[in-house]
Amino acid sequence: MQLNRRDFMKVTGAGIACLSLSQLGFDLKPLKAYAAELKIAGAKEVISVCPFCSVSCHIIAHVKDGQLVSTEGDPDYPINQGALCAKGAAMLSLTRSSHRVTKPLYRAPNSDKWEEKDWGWVIDRIARRVKESRDKNLQLTNTKGQTVNRLEHVFALGTSHMDNEECALTHQAMRALGVVHMDHQARI
Amino acid sequence: MTNHWIDIKNADAILIMGSNAAEHHPISFKWVLDAKSRGAVVMHVDPKFSRTSARSDFHVPLRSGTDIAFLGGMINYIIEKDKYFKDYVVNYTNASLLVADAFGFENGLFSGYDPAARKYDRTQWAFQLDDDKVPKRDPSLNDPRCVFQLMKQHYSRYTLDDVSDITGVSKEDLVKVYEAYSATGAPDKAGTMLYALGWTQHTVGVQNIRAAAILQLLLGNMGIAGGGINALRGEPNVQGSTDHTLLYHLVPGYMAMPIADWQTLADYHKANTPVSYDPQSANWWQNKPKYFNSLLKGWFGENATKENDFGYGMLPKIEKGANYSYLFLFDRMYQGKIEGGFIFGLNPMNSVPNSNKLRKAMDNLDWLVTVDVHHSETTDNWRRPGVDPKSVKTEVFLLPSAHRLEKDGTVTNSGRWQLWHYKAVEPPGEARTFGDMLVDLMNKVRTLYTENSGAFADPILKIDWPKRYDADEMARRINGVFTVDTKVKDKEYKKGQLVPSFVALADDGSTSSLEWLYCGSYTEEDGNKTKRRDPKQTPMQAAIGLYPNWAWCWPVNRRILYNRASVNLEGQPYAPNKAVIQWQDGKWVGDVPDGGWPPMATGEGKHPFIMTVHGFGQHYGPGRMEGPFPEHYEPVETPVKSHPFSKQLNNPCYVSVSSDMDILAEPADPRYPIVLTTYNVTEHWCGGGETRNVPNLLEAEPQLYVEMSPELAEEKGIKNGDGVIIESARGRAEAIAMVTVRMRPLKIQGKIVHEIGMPFCFGWTTPGSGDSTNRLTPSVGDPNTSIPEFKACLVNVKKADKLTELA
Repeated sequence: MQLNRRDFMKVTGAGIACLSLSQLGFDLKPLKAYAAELKIAGAKEVISVCPFCSVSCHIIAHVKDGQLVSTEGDPDYPINQGALCAKGAAMLSLTRSSHRVTKPLYRAPNSDKWEEKDWGWVIDRIARRVKESRDKNLQLTNTKGQTVNRLEHVFALGTSHMDNEECALTHQAMRALGVVHMDHQARI
Repeated sequence: MTNHWIDIKNADAILIMGSNAAEHHPISFKWVLDAKSRGAVVMHVDPKFSRTSARSDFHVPLRSGTDIAFLGGMINYIIEKDKYFKDYVVNYTNASLLVADAFGFENGLFSGYDPAARKYDRTQWAFQLDDDKVPKRDPSLNDPRCVFQLMKQHYSRYTLDDVSDITGVSKEDLVKVYEAYSATGAPDKAGTMLYALGWTQHTVGVQNIRAAAILQLLLGNMGIAGGGINALRGEPNVQGSTDHTLLYHLVPGYMAMPIADWQTLADYHKANTPVSYDPQSANWWQNKPKYFNSLLKGWFGENATKENDFGYGMLPKIEKGANYSYLFLFDRMYQGKIEGGFIFGLNPMNSVPNSNKLRKAMDNLDWLVTVDVHHSETTDNWRRPGVDPKSVKTEVFLLPSAHRLEKDGTVTNSGRWQLWHYKAVEPPGEARTFGDMLVDLMNKVRTLYTENSGAFADPILKIDWPKRYDADEMARRINGVFTVDTKVKDKEYKKGQLVPSFVALADDGSTSSLEWLYCGSYTEEDGNKTKRRDPKQTPMQAAIGLYPNWAWCWPVNRRILYNRASVNLEGQPYAPNKAVIQWQDGKWVGDVPDGGWPPMATGEGKHPFIMTVHGFGQHYGPGRMEGPFPEHYEPVETPVKSHPFSKQLNNPCYVSVSSDMDILAEPADPRYPIVLTTYNVTEHWCGGGETRNVPNLLEAEPQLYVEMSPELAEEKGIKNGDGVIIESARGRAEAIAMVTVRMRPLKIQGKIVHEIGMPFCFGWTTPGSGDSTNRLTPSVGDPNTSIPEFKACLVNVKKADKLTELA
């Protein structure tokens, strides 16, 4: 029987597969005992993609009880074959970082501090600011009398951190508002 | 990339220039080393010796901003020594096309230059056409007006002596690279060029890459396995975000943003749909109306009808030639002309040139919405060092965003593979995805416009906008659906079903697609192909590592672009041992060919470069702003007063802004005699906003440093580890001196020029790490792209009496 590294890990990971030891042809008792103690034992594997450069290495996230317990390179993905660089290897600490922003924050004009707000409040407030700026500044025609429907006073920057699906929505929304100052990482 | 990551292994020669692949795309180097282990020669041409250089066969240092001189010298070498692949050049490139008499070149300028406007009249660079409006050709390549002869003449000026004199590369090193790389002109040999921001971030960025393209076309390296022009794109989804064009000048799918002169849809199509009268030219962009109308249909849904130009009239229109890119946006912001805006996952206060000006410009905003995973120099600009927050009027929002492991969706890698990633865990606290926030915000704006009067509500109320964000639903919309029951060949599709390929997109409103290049990624027949994890390949595909069943790749799952240039006129591969496609028993096998037409020799074929109007690879590129041939011009801030190729010192068309904070050094300015180049480190990401917040990464690379040669250090009385101050005409930065032989003094025009290098990932929100290197860099940009010149500017350096930014 032929096993690649990944099949081997699946077989030996407790709780995933129960093959008889004879099928593998050697004694796995000590290894199984060790595997049972691993933090990924019994964890669900989820395939993701490293969020840094566009090599787009694949990462396996191990999730247990809804918590991220480990990340590692995906050995099946033909490009990175399990390897990751320093940043990709830091995926676990990045995701679980205590420095993450976890609540919508608001800084009032001339204030010296952030305040926590709820989502309903910030979305309503931002929508009103967008509408005010648009209603005041939308340019319907240019000096030649041509229709231009553009909003030069509001801009959108970013981002290549968005998924394709989010990029498509951003473009659609911004052009509907009339935004023309639109740019992102591709130009720097 | 025209090719893809694994394909690098198929190269016989690898020229890495304008990139430090081993440190900035570390896993890509797996494939570089794979090629090397099979005998490929790997060359690194870069100002700094890095880990890329260490694993290359040789490293050749050159002065930042002299790549065109270096590459121009190679073009000259290849033509002079007859190293080019003649059949390929004649059949597949525009070398044989005749150029009209109006074209000329004198004193560093092409014909048609208007110095007042700093622009060219590009109609003077046209081809000669015959009575059928097909370009005239001379397959012997002898006609003095053919592209080949004009190119030969142009680059004959790029002699080894002159190139060496201006680049700082010895003649021996020039010949070493030229010889090794030009060996790939043999029909069965492949050479690849790997570049990154080291080529793009110059006022001649586009022409750097054009020069590379000329070389690849001369050597027959386009369309083949182990060849290509390969941009090692940075950023997690910068390929996808470019395809969906979060850029002012385009709409999704590389189509022009409407301008005011195109008032109707018919105007738009007339101006943007190229016409070819050559029956052998596929001229693929002739299909643009199908893609553009399907985009409008995707944006406006039921409200897009033939009668209302599919909603075209509702779109914003920009003025012809108007520039809304970063440099100009921040200049207008500095002048107080911008009221508010959104910054999603970006840290421009660190990563855009002239940070001091930008930081001040942001104080002029009334409101600002930032969306990020951490606080950054951008989100917290209002409380930056030296500024009293009470004096900053801006109302600022910071919305917590989900990170990669916390959402479903797709990204597109540099090799154009579209890849699905699955949500593993919930975002922390109340963090949400960009998609969730945007959908809710836009729905709120729509409610406000429904309940209240407001300016021109039509486009806001008439877009086809989802009620909630769902990545799968958006992936379907991007692929596109039929809007009426339709028959494609013999197959019937119901209204709402997925369009199988962009070949089925129509201009009559019967299809929608938010990105035509992605059409075919999600089909009724095969489902969401971005989720595919099947390593199955035919032996022919396996020989070059094509992996056609793994995920999906745009366009139409074609893994190597322009692959019909990899075969001869009979459809047989030039390199049989690494064939990409082959004509067998009346059909193509291997990769998905660029169009299914039979080989050229049948008389039914089409020229392989299907995205160009005439179907040829372009040695002569009449569409570029500053000329059809790349020409050496110095960076805007240059340590020399003249160069050997002409009296035109800088790119005659570069773009810039001119506020009181946009000060430039003079050429060979005695106050700023040192060249600065900027880059990054493996452990940090771009402006550093994400990675400085990860303790293990910050520990590995904790603070800003400057790499300088021992010779310069001695001249300045600086020791390794000293705190130093680097100053340009625009600002100053503190850094720790890293005295190293990785940086070499260069001999330019008989004098020593020193170059130093600094990363740009550190900022004041990480105390003691240093602050933005881009306080030093200038707001000048390439005329085609407006990408700023981060890679070459002038500075001086001195030992610091005391440090305030570094702990």
